[in-house]
Amino acid sequence: MIALSPRSLDEAVRHLADDPALVPVAGCTDLMVRGPEALHRMDRVLDLLGLPELRGICAVSEGLEIGAATTFTEIRHSAAIRAAFPALTAAAEQVGGWQIQNRGTLGGNLANASPAGDSLPVLLALDATVILAGPAGQREVRMDGFHTGYRKTALAPGEILVRIRLPHPPAGTVQAFRKVGTREAQAISKVVVALAGHVEGGRIAGIRLAAGSVAATPVRLRAAEAAILGSSPGLVTAERAGRTAAREVQPIDDVRSTADYRRFALERVVRRMVLGLT
Amino acid sequence: MSTAFLLNGRAVEADGHPMSRLLDVLREQLGHTGTKEGCGEGECGACTVRLDGSPVLSCLVPLFQCAGRRIETVEGITAAPEGPLRDALERFVATGGVQCGACTPGIVVTLASLLASNATPSREEVRTALAGNLCRCTGYEGILRALAPAEPER
Ligand SMILES: Cc1cc2nc3c(=O)[nH]c(=O)nc-3n(C[C@H](O)[C@H](O)[C@H](O)COP(=O)(O)OP(=O)(O)OC[C@H]3O[C@@H](n4cnc5c(N)ncnc54)[C@H](O)[C@@H]3O)c2cc1C
Ligand code: FES
Ligand code: FES
Repeated sequence: MIALSPRSLDEAVRHLADDPALVPVAGCTDLMVRGPEALHRMDRVLDLLGLPELRGICAVSEGLEIGAATTFTEIRHSAAIRAAFPALTAAAEQVGGWQIQNRGTLGGNLANASPAGDSLPVLLALDATVILAGPAGQREVRMDGFHTGYRKTALAPGEILVRIRLPHPPAGTVQAFRKVGTREAQAISKVVVALAGHVEGGRIAGIRLAAGSVAATPVRLRAAEAAILGSSPGLVTAERAGRTAAREVQPIDDVRSTADYRRFALERVVRRMVLGLT
Repeated sequence: MSTAFLLNGRAVEADGHPMSRLLDVLREQLGHTGTKEGCGEGECGACTVRLDGSPVLSCLVPLFQCAGRRIETVEGITAAPEGPLRDALERFVATGGVQCGACTPGIVVTLASLLASNATPSREEVRTALAGNLCRCTGYEGILRALAPAEPER
Protein backbone atom coordinates (compact mmCIF):
# COMPACT_ATOMS: atom_id res chain seq x y z
CA MET A 1 0.00 0.00 0.00
CA ILE A 2 1.24 3.44 -0.90
CA ALA A 3 -0.29 6.81 -0.10
CA LEU A 4 1.75 9.73 -1.35
CA SER A 5 1.17 13.35 -0.44
CA PRO A 6 3.56 15.30 -2.68
CA ARG A 7 4.19 18.98 -2.02
CA SER A 8 4.83 20.12 -5.58
CA LEU A 9 3.47 19.45 -9.04
CA ASP A 10 6.88 18.30 -10.32
CA GLU A 11 7.13 15.74 -7.55
CA ALA A 12 3.59 14.51 -8.26
CA VAL A 13 4.26 14.19 -12.00
CA ARG A 14 7.46 12.21 -11.30
CA HIS A 15 5.62 9.80 -8.99
CA LEU A 16 2.93 9.21 -11.60
CA ALA A 17 5.53 8.60 -14.29
CA ASP A 18 7.37 6.09 -12.10
CA ASP A 19 4.26 4.21 -11.02
CA PRO A 20 1.42 4.04 -13.57
CA ALA A 21 -0.81 2.26 -11.01
CA LEU A 22 -0.98 5.36 -8.77
CA VAL A 23 -4.46 6.89 -8.66
CA PRO A 24 -4.52 10.68 -8.28
CA VAL A 25 -7.20 11.74 -5.82
CA ALA A 26 -8.68 15.10 -4.89
CA GLY A 27 -11.85 15.58 -2.80
CA CYS A 28 -12.80 11.90 -3.27
CA THR A 29 -16.51 12.66 -3.56
CA ASP A 30 -16.64 10.62 -6.75
CA LEU A 31 -13.96 8.06 -5.93
CA MET A 32 -15.33 7.04 -2.53
CA VAL A 33 -18.71 6.01 -3.93
CA ARG A 34 -17.23 3.38 -6.24
CA GLY A 35 -17.85 0.65 -3.66
CA PRO A 36 -15.72 -1.29 -1.16
CA GLU A 37 -14.05 -3.63 -3.66
CA ALA A 38 -12.98 -0.84 -5.97
CA LEU A 39 -11.65 1.10 -2.99
CA HIS A 40 -9.78 -1.89 -1.68
CA ARG A 41 -8.03 -2.31 -5.02
CA MET A 42 -7.12 1.37 -4.93
CA ASP A 43 -4.12 0.84 -2.71
CA ARG A 44 -1.69 3.15 -4.50
CA VAL A 45 -2.94 6.69 -4.24
CA LEU A 46 -1.50 10.15 -4.70
CA ASP A 47 -3.08 13.14 -2.99
CA LEU A 48 -3.54 16.22 -5.18
CA LEU A 49 -4.95 18.48 -2.45
CA GLY A 50 -1.52 19.48 -1.17
CA LEU A 51 -0.18 20.74 -4.50
CA PRO A 52 0.10 24.54 -4.41
CA GLU A 53 0.02 24.69 -8.25
CA LEU A 54 -3.51 23.22 -8.16
CA ARG A 55 -4.89 25.73 -5.66
CA GLY A 56 -6.05 29.28 -5.69
CA ILE A 57 -7.90 31.61 -8.01
CA CYS A 58 -5.77 34.25 -9.69
CA ALA A 59 -6.08 36.93 -12.32
CA VAL A 60 -3.95 36.45 -15.46
CA SER A 61 -3.71 38.71 -18.49
CA GLU A 62 -6.30 36.70 -20.48
CA GLY A 63 -8.76 36.34 -17.63
CA LEU A 64 -8.89 34.19 -14.51
CA GLU A 65 -7.18 30.93 -13.62
CA ILE A 66 -8.69 28.49 -11.15
CA GLY A 67 -6.59 25.70 -9.64
CA ALA A 68 -7.96 22.23 -10.36
CA ALA A 69 -8.07 21.38 -6.63
CA THR A 70 -10.23 24.42 -5.82
CA THR A 71 -13.36 23.29 -3.99
CA PHE A 72 -16.87 24.37 -4.90
CA THR A 73 -17.05 26.19 -1.55
CA GLU A 74 -13.96 28.21 -2.49
CA ILE A 75 -15.55 29.00 -5.86
CA ARG A 76 -18.80 30.09 -4.20
CA HIS A 77 -16.90 32.47 -1.96
CA SER A 78 -14.69 33.97 -4.66
CA ALA A 79 -15.64 37.57 -5.34
CA ALA A 80 -13.56 37.54 -8.53
CA ILE A 81 -15.51 34.60 -9.92
CA ARG A 82 -18.85 36.04 -8.87
CA ALA A 83 -18.04 39.34 -10.57
CA ALA A 84 -16.87 37.97 -13.92
CA PHE A 85 -18.34 34.46 -14.12
CA PRO A 86 -21.61 34.37 -12.17
CA ALA A 87 -22.71 31.24 -14.04
CA LEU A 88 -19.86 29.35 -12.39
CA THR A 89 -20.81 30.69 -8.97
CA ALA A 90 -24.37 29.53 -9.60
CA ALA A 91 -23.18 26.05 -10.59
CA ALA A 92 -20.92 25.77 -7.51
CA GLU A 93 -23.86 26.73 -5.28
CA GLN A 94 -25.90 23.86 -6.69
CA VAL A 95 -23.38 21.01 -6.67
CA GLY A 96 -24.50 18.55 -3.98
CA GLY A 97 -24.94 20.01 -0.50
CA TRP A 98 -22.58 21.98 1.73
CA GLN A 99 -20.49 18.95 2.73
CA ILE A 100 -19.97 17.91 -0.90
CA GLN A 101 -19.06 21.49 -1.85
CA ASN A 102 -16.45 21.56 0.93
CA ARG A 103 -14.61 18.60 -0.61
CA GLY A 104 -15.56 18.31 -4.27
CA THR A 105 -13.18 20.09 -6.64
CA LEU A 106 -13.59 21.70 -10.04
CA GLY A 107 -10.78 19.54 -11.45
CA GLY A 108 -12.43 16.40 -10.04
CA ASN A 109 -15.69 17.34 -11.73
CA LEU A 110 -13.84 17.69 -15.06
CA ALA A 111 -11.66 14.60 -14.73
CA ASN A 112 -14.49 12.41 -13.50
CA ALA A 113 -16.17 13.27 -16.81
CA SER A 114 -19.76 12.44 -15.95
CA PRO A 115 -22.00 13.88 -18.67
CA ALA A 116 -24.11 15.24 -15.78
CA GLY A 117 -21.24 17.20 -14.16
CA ASP A 118 -22.69 20.60 -13.39
CA SER A 119 -19.62 22.73 -13.99
CA LEU A 120 -18.90 21.30 -17.42
CA PRO A 121 -21.53 23.13 -19.52
CA VAL A 122 -20.55 26.33 -17.70
CA LEU A 123 -16.90 25.89 -18.64
CA LEU A 124 -17.96 25.21 -22.24
CA ALA A 125 -20.16 28.30 -22.36
CA LEU A 126 -17.35 30.39 -20.87
CA ASP A 127 -14.87 29.03 -23.44
CA ALA A 128 -12.46 27.67 -20.83
CA THR A 129 -9.06 26.19 -21.51
CA VAL A 130 -7.65 23.44 -19.30
CA ILE A 131 -3.98 23.23 -18.47
CA LEU A 132 -2.52 19.74 -18.05
CA ALA A 133 0.86 18.62 -16.76
CA GLY A 134 2.63 15.35 -17.47
CA PRO A 135 6.10 13.90 -17.91
CA ALA A 136 6.48 15.81 -21.20
CA GLY A 137 5.63 19.14 -19.57
CA GLN A 138 2.50 21.26 -19.66
CA ARG A 139 -0.03 21.59 -22.45
CA GLU A 140 -3.33 23.32 -22.98
CA VAL A 141 -6.56 21.82 -24.24
CA ARG A 142 -9.66 23.79 -25.18
CA MET A 143 -12.60 22.78 -23.05
CA ASP A 144 -14.60 21.70 -26.11
CA GLY A 145 -11.90 19.12 -26.87
CA PHE A 146 -11.41 17.86 -23.31
CA HIS A 147 -14.28 15.36 -23.07
CA THR A 148 -13.61 12.94 -25.89
CA GLY A 149 -16.31 10.31 -25.27
CA TYR A 150 -18.52 8.82 -22.58
CA ARG A 151 -16.48 9.32 -19.40
CA LYS A 152 -13.34 9.83 -21.50
CA THR A 153 -11.04 12.82 -21.36
CA ALA A 154 -7.96 14.14 -23.14
CA LEU A 155 -5.88 13.38 -20.02
CA ALA A 156 -3.08 10.99 -20.99
CA PRO A 157 -1.91 8.39 -18.46
CA GLY A 158 0.22 10.13 -15.85
CA GLU A 159 -1.21 13.56 -16.63
CA ILE A 160 -2.69 15.86 -14.01
CA LEU A 161 -5.23 18.60 -14.60
CA VAL A 162 -3.56 21.66 -13.12
CA ARG A 163 -5.62 24.76 -13.83
CA ILE A 164 -8.70 25.97 -15.65
CA ARG A 165 -8.45 29.31 -17.45
CA LEU A 166 -11.49 31.46 -18.17
CA PRO A 167 -11.02 34.29 -20.69
CA HIS A 168 -12.48 37.74 -19.95
CA PRO A 169 -16.00 37.74 -21.34
CA PRO A 170 -16.87 40.60 -23.75
CA ALA A 171 -18.45 43.63 -22.08
CA GLY A 172 -22.16 43.21 -21.53
CA THR A 173 -22.07 39.41 -21.53
CA VAL A 174 -25.16 37.80 -20.06
CA GLN A 175 -24.56 34.46 -18.31
CA ALA A 176 -27.03 31.89 -17.13
CA PHE A 177 -26.96 28.49 -15.43
CA ARG A 178 -29.84 26.16 -14.80
CA LYS A 179 -30.00 22.59 -13.61
CA VAL A 180 -33.11 20.49 -13.58
CA GLY A 181 -33.08 17.70 -10.99
CA THR A 182 -35.52 15.80 -8.80
CA ARG A 183 -35.25 18.41 -6.09
CA GLU A 184 -33.66 21.78 -5.62
CA ALA A 185 -30.59 20.65 -3.67
CA GLN A 186 -28.23 17.68 -3.80
CA ALA A 187 -29.61 16.11 -6.94
CA ILE A 188 -27.66 14.93 -9.96
CA SER A 189 -28.92 16.82 -13.01
CA LYS A 190 -31.47 15.40 -15.43
CA VAL A 191 -30.53 18.31 -17.67
CA VAL A 192 -28.05 21.11 -17.04
CA VAL A 193 -27.63 24.15 -19.28
CA ALA A 194 -25.36 27.18 -19.42
CA LEU A 195 -25.36 30.26 -21.64
CA ALA A 196 -22.97 33.14 -22.26
CA GLY A 197 -23.92 35.70 -24.86
CA HIS A 198 -24.00 39.37 -25.65
CA VAL A 199 -26.12 41.71 -27.72
CA GLU A 200 -24.77 44.63 -29.76
CA GLY A 201 -26.86 47.07 -31.75
CA GLY A 202 -29.98 44.99 -31.22
CA ARG A 203 -28.43 41.75 -32.56
CA ILE A 204 -27.01 38.72 -30.78
CA ALA A 205 -23.32 39.33 -31.43
CA GLY A 206 -21.94 36.36 -29.54
CA ILE A 207 -23.53 33.23 -28.10
CA ARG A 208 -22.32 30.03 -26.52
CA LEU A 209 -24.84 27.48 -25.26
CA ALA A 210 -23.88 24.19 -23.64
CA ALA A 211 -25.70 21.35 -21.95
CA GLY A 212 -25.05 18.25 -19.86
CA SER A 213 -26.95 14.96 -19.47
CA VAL A 214 -28.24 15.20 -23.03
CA ALA A 215 -25.46 13.23 -24.77
CA ALA A 216 -22.50 11.00 -23.92
CA THR A 217 -20.42 14.07 -23.09
CA PRO A 218 -21.26 17.62 -22.13
CA VAL A 219 -21.91 19.41 -25.43
CA ARG A 220 -21.97 22.83 -27.05
CA LEU A 221 -25.37 23.39 -28.66
CA ARG A 222 -23.82 24.61 -31.89
CA ALA A 223 -26.89 24.30 -34.10
CA ALA A 224 -28.91 26.37 -31.64
CA GLU A 225 -26.11 28.93 -31.45
CA ALA A 226 -25.92 29.17 -35.24
CA ALA A 227 -29.71 29.48 -35.47
CA ILE A 228 -29.77 32.68 -33.41
CA LEU A 229 -26.41 34.39 -33.93
CA GLY A 230 -27.09 37.75 -35.56
CA SER A 231 -30.82 37.63 -34.77
CA SER A 232 -32.58 40.19 -32.66
CA PRO A 233 -33.32 38.90 -29.18
CA GLY A 234 -36.93 38.12 -28.34
CA LEU A 235 -39.52 35.38 -28.22
CA VAL A 236 -39.21 34.21 -31.83
CA THR A 237 -35.44 33.87 -31.52
CA ALA A 238 -35.73 32.17 -28.12
CA GLU A 239 -38.23 29.64 -29.43
CA ARG A 240 -36.01 28.89 -32.40
CA ALA A 241 -33.05 28.29 -30.06
CA GLY A 242 -35.06 25.93 -27.87
CA ARG A 243 -36.45 23.91 -30.78
CA THR A 244 -33.06 23.63 -32.44
CA ALA A 245 -31.35 22.59 -29.22
CA ALA A 246 -33.91 19.84 -28.58
CA ARG A 247 -33.28 18.46 -32.08
CA GLU A 248 -29.48 18.47 -31.98
CA VAL A 249 -28.93 16.42 -28.79
CA GLN A 250 -28.95 12.64 -28.21
CA PRO A 251 -30.32 12.11 -24.71
CA ILE A 252 -30.98 8.63 -23.32
CA ASP A 253 -33.41 6.99 -20.91
CA ASP A 254 -31.71 6.13 -17.62
CA VAL A 255 -32.39 5.92 -13.89
CA ARG A 256 -32.65 9.68 -13.55
CA SER A 257 -34.90 10.58 -16.46
CA THR A 258 -36.11 9.79 -19.96
CA ALA A 259 -34.84 10.99 -23.32
CA ASP A 260 -38.22 12.63 -24.01
CA TYR A 261 -38.25 14.56 -20.77
CA ARG A 262 -34.68 15.69 -21.28
CA ARG A 263 -35.49 17.08 -24.73
CA PHE A 264 -38.58 18.76 -23.36
CA ALA A 265 -36.72 20.31 -20.41
CA LEU A 266 -33.79 21.37 -22.59
CA GLU A 267 -36.11 23.16 -25.02
CA ARG A 268 -37.79 25.07 -22.20
CA VAL A 269 -34.61 25.98 -20.39
CA VAL A 270 -32.82 27.15 -23.55
CA ARG A 271 -35.84 29.20 -24.59
CA ARG A 272 -36.03 30.92 -21.25
CA MET A 273 -32.29 31.58 -21.12
CA VAL A 274 -32.22 33.10 -24.59
CA LEU A 275 -35.17 35.28 -23.60
CA GLY A 276 -32.90 36.70 -20.93
CA LEU A 277 -30.49 38.06 -23.56
CA THR A 278 -30.88 41.81 -23.86
CA MET B 1 -0.61 1.96 7.36
CA SER B 2 -0.80 4.25 10.34
CA THR B 3 -2.32 7.73 10.14
CA ALA B 4 -2.05 10.33 12.90
CA PHE B 5 -4.55 13.16 13.32
CA LEU B 6 -6.31 15.24 15.96
CA LEU B 7 -9.69 13.88 17.05
CA ASN B 8 -11.71 16.35 19.11
CA GLY B 9 -8.45 18.01 20.12
CA ARG B 10 -6.68 14.79 21.11
CA ALA B 11 -3.84 13.22 19.09
CA VAL B 12 -4.83 9.76 17.81
CA GLU B 13 -3.44 7.18 15.42
CA ALA B 14 -5.43 4.82 13.27
CA ASP B 15 -4.37 1.82 11.24
CA GLY B 16 -5.82 0.83 7.94
CA HIS B 17 -5.97 0.86 4.19
CA PRO B 18 -5.35 4.38 2.84
CA MET B 19 -8.85 4.48 1.32
CA SER B 20 -10.60 3.25 4.50
CA ARG B 21 -13.60 5.41 5.21
CA LEU B 22 -13.03 7.84 8.08
CA LEU B 23 -16.55 6.84 9.20
CA ASP B 24 -15.46 3.24 9.88
CA VAL B 25 -12.22 4.28 11.53
CA LEU B 26 -14.09 6.59 13.90
CA ARG B 27 -16.73 4.04 14.82
CA GLU B 28 -14.80 0.79 14.84
CA GLN B 29 -11.25 1.73 15.82
CA LEU B 30 -11.66 4.91 17.82
CA GLY B 31 -14.95 4.14 19.60
CA HIS B 32 -16.68 7.29 18.37
CA THR B 33 -20.05 5.81 17.47
CA GLY B 34 -21.91 9.14 17.59
CA THR B 35 -21.16 9.49 13.89
CA LYS B 36 -23.81 7.44 12.05
CA GLU B 37 -23.90 5.67 8.73
CA GLY B 38 -27.09 6.25 6.80
CA CYS B 39 -26.41 5.64 3.14
CA GLY B 40 -22.66 5.24 2.80
CA GLU B 41 -22.69 7.17 -0.45
CA GLY B 42 -22.75 10.83 0.38
CA GLU B 43 -26.49 11.36 0.09
CA CYS B 44 -27.80 11.56 3.64
CA GLY B 45 -25.39 13.55 5.82
CA ALA B 46 -25.75 11.28 8.89
CA CYS B 47 -21.97 10.78 8.92
CA THR B 48 -21.09 14.51 8.91
CA VAL B 49 -17.96 15.48 10.87
CA ARG B 50 -15.76 18.57 10.74
CA LEU B 51 -12.45 18.42 8.92
CA ASP B 52 -10.25 21.43 9.68
CA GLY B 53 -13.41 23.25 10.72
CA SER B 54 -15.59 22.48 7.68
CA PRO B 55 -18.44 19.97 7.61
CA VAL B 56 -17.66 16.96 5.40
CA LEU B 57 -19.08 13.45 4.95
CA SER B 58 -16.95 10.92 6.81
CA CYS B 59 -18.20 8.12 4.52
CA LEU B 60 -16.41 9.92 1.65
CA VAL B 61 -13.17 10.88 3.42
CA PRO B 62 -10.34 8.37 3.03
CA LEU B 63 -8.21 7.81 6.11
CA PHE B 64 -4.93 8.80 4.46
CA GLN B 65 -6.18 12.31 3.74
CA CYS B 66 -6.73 12.85 7.47
CA ALA B 67 -3.00 12.78 8.26
CA GLY B 68 -2.15 15.83 10.37
CA ARG B 69 -5.67 17.23 10.10
CA ARG B 70 -8.21 18.27 12.73
CA ILE B 71 -11.33 16.07 12.94
CA GLU B 72 -14.27 16.98 15.18
CA THR B 73 -17.20 14.65 15.75
CA VAL B 74 -20.57 15.18 17.38
CA GLU B 75 -19.05 13.99 20.68
CA GLY B 76 -16.48 16.79 20.65
CA ILE B 77 -18.78 19.45 19.31
CA THR B 78 -21.52 18.85 21.90
CA ALA B 79 -19.21 18.20 24.89
CA ALA B 80 -19.41 21.77 26.16
CA PRO B 81 -21.57 23.78 23.76
CA GLU B 82 -21.65 27.52 24.20
CA GLY B 83 -23.58 30.49 22.91
CA PRO B 84 -25.97 29.99 20.00
CA LEU B 85 -25.17 26.27 19.71
CA ARG B 86 -26.10 25.66 23.34
CA ASP B 87 -29.36 27.57 22.88
CA ALA B 88 -30.19 25.70 19.70
CA LEU B 89 -29.49 22.29 21.27
CA GLU B 90 -31.70 23.16 24.22
CA ARG B 91 -34.56 24.11 21.90
CA PHE B 92 -34.01 21.15 19.58
CA VAL B 93 -35.89 18.64 21.72
CA ALA B 94 -38.72 20.97 22.64
CA THR B 95 -39.41 21.87 19.01
CA GLY B 96 -39.53 18.23 17.88
CA GLY B 97 -36.22 18.45 16.06
CA VAL B 98 -35.43 14.87 17.12
CA GLN B 99 -37.62 11.87 16.48
CA CYS B 100 -35.83 8.60 15.69
CA GLY B 101 -32.51 10.41 16.02
CA ALA B 102 -30.65 8.71 13.18
CA CYS B 103 -30.02 11.99 11.38
CA THR B 104 -29.48 14.05 14.51
CA PRO B 105 -25.70 13.76 15.01
CA GLY B 106 -25.03 14.76 11.42
CA ILE B 107 -27.52 17.60 11.59
CA VAL B 108 -26.00 18.86 14.83
CA VAL B 109 -22.51 18.91 13.31
CA THR B 110 -23.74 20.80 10.23
CA LEU B 111 -25.72 23.28 12.32
CA ALA B 112 -22.80 23.83 14.71
CA SER B 113 -20.68 24.73 11.68
CA LEU B 114 -23.33 27.15 10.42
CA LEU B 115 -23.72 28.80 13.83
CA ALA B 116 -19.96 29.19 14.17
CA SER B 117 -19.96 31.65 11.29
CA ASN B 118 -23.51 32.96 11.54
CA ALA B 119 -25.06 33.15 15.02
CA THR B 120 -28.51 34.18 13.79
CA PRO B 121 -29.16 32.38 10.50
CA SER B 122 -32.42 32.91 8.63
CA ARG B 123 -34.69 29.97 7.81
CA GLU B 124 -33.40 30.09 4.26
CA GLU B 125 -29.78 29.94 5.43
CA VAL B 126 -30.57 26.98 7.66
CA ARG B 127 -32.35 25.22 4.80
CA THR B 128 -29.40 25.79 2.47
CA ALA B 129 -26.89 24.57 5.07
CA LEU B 130 -28.98 21.42 5.65
CA ALA B 131 -29.46 20.58 1.95
CA GLY B 132 -27.12 17.61 2.38
CA ASN B 133 -28.70 16.27 5.60
CA LEU B 134 -31.76 14.10 5.11
CA CYS B 135 -34.33 13.50 7.85
CA ARG B 136 -37.06 10.93 7.27
CA CYS B 137 -39.05 11.75 10.41
CA THR B 138 -39.43 15.38 11.34
CA GLY B 139 -40.26 17.11 8.07
CA TYR B 140 -37.49 19.56 9.13
CA GLU B 141 -39.96 21.97 10.71
CA GLY B 142 -38.85 21.25 14.28
CA ILE B 143 -35.22 21.54 13.25
CA LEU B 144 -35.83 24.87 11.55
CA ARG B 145 -37.69 26.21 14.56
CA ALA B 146 -34.87 25.26 16.90
CA LEU B 147 -32.50 27.36 14.81
CA ALA B 148 -34.59 30.22 13.55
CA PRO B 149 -37.26 30.55 16.21
CA ALA B 150 -37.97 34.22 15.65
CA GLU B 151 -39.39 33.80 12.20
CA PRO B 152 -43.08 33.12 11.66
CA GLU B 153 -44.26 29.54 11.52
CA ARG B 154 -46.28 28.26 8.62
C1 LIG C 1 -23.93 13.00 -2.70
C2 LIG C 1 -23.23 13.51 -3.91
C3 LIG C 1 -23.78 14.57 -4.62
C4 LIG C 1 -23.15 15.06 -5.77
N1 LIG C 1 -23.75 16.09 -6.42
C5 LIG C 1 -23.19 16.56 -7.56
C6 LIG C 1 -23.84 17.60 -8.29
O1 LIG C 1 -24.90 18.12 -7.90
N2 LIG C 1 -23.24 18.03 -9.43
C7 LIG C 1 -22.07 17.48 -9.88
O2 LIG C 1 -21.57 17.92 -10.92
N3 LIG C 1 -21.44 16.50 -9.19
C8 LIG C 1 -21.97 16.02 -8.06
N4 LIG C 1 -21.36 15.00 -7.37
C9 LIG C 1 -20.12 14.43 -7.91
C10 LIG C 1 -18.81 15.00 -7.34
O3 LIG C 1 -19.02 15.63 -6.10
C11 LIG C 1 -18.15 16.01 -8.31
O4 LIG C 1 -17.94 15.40 -9.56
C12 LIG C 1 -16.82 16.55 -7.76
O5 LIG C 1 -16.48 17.70 -8.51
C13 LIG C 1 -15.67 15.55 -7.85
O6 LIG C 1 -14.48 16.18 -7.38
P1 LIG C 1 -13.50 15.44 -6.34
O7 LIG C 1 -12.40 16.38 -6.08
O8 LIG C 1 -14.25 14.94 -5.19
O9 LIG C 1 -13.01 14.23 -7.27
P2 LIG C 1 -12.34 12.83 -6.85
O10 LIG C 1 -13.39 11.90 -6.39
O11 LIG C 1 -11.18 13.06 -5.96
O12 LIG C 1 -11.79 12.38 -8.28
C14 LIG C 1 -12.68 12.06 -9.34
C15 LIG C 1 -11.86 11.52 -10.53
O13 LIG C 1 -11.07 12.55 -11.08
C16 LIG C 1 -9.68 12.24 -11.01
N5 LIG C 1 -9.04 13.52 -10.68
C17 LIG C 1 -9.43 14.40 -9.71
N6 LIG C 1 -8.70 15.52 -9.77
C18 LIG C 1 -7.83 15.37 -10.80
C19 LIG C 1 -6.81 16.21 -11.37
N7 LIG C 1 -6.57 17.44 -10.89
N8 LIG C 1 -6.09 15.71 -12.40
C20 LIG C 1 -6.35 14.48 -12.90
N9 LIG C 1 -7.30 13.65 -12.42
C21 LIG C 1 -8.03 14.10 -11.37
C22 LIG C 1 -9.55 11.15 -9.98
O14 LIG C 1 -8.48 10.29 -10.29
C23 LIG C 1 -10.89 10.42 -10.15
O15 LIG C 1 -10.84 9.54 -11.22
C24 LIG C 1 -21.93 14.50 -6.21
C25 LIG C 1 -21.36 13.46 -5.48
C26 LIG C 1 -21.98 12.95 -4.36
C27 LIG C 1 -21.36 11.85 -3.59
S1 FES D 1 -23.54 7.83 5.42
FE1 FES D 1 -22.29 9.41 4.68
S2 FES D 1 -23.71 10.65 3.65
FE2 FES D 1 -24.96 8.97 4.21
S1 FES E 1 -35.27 12.14 13.30
FE1 FES E 1 -35.47 10.28 12.20
S2 FES E 1 -34.30 10.69 10.43
FE2 FES E 1 -34.35 12.59 11.37
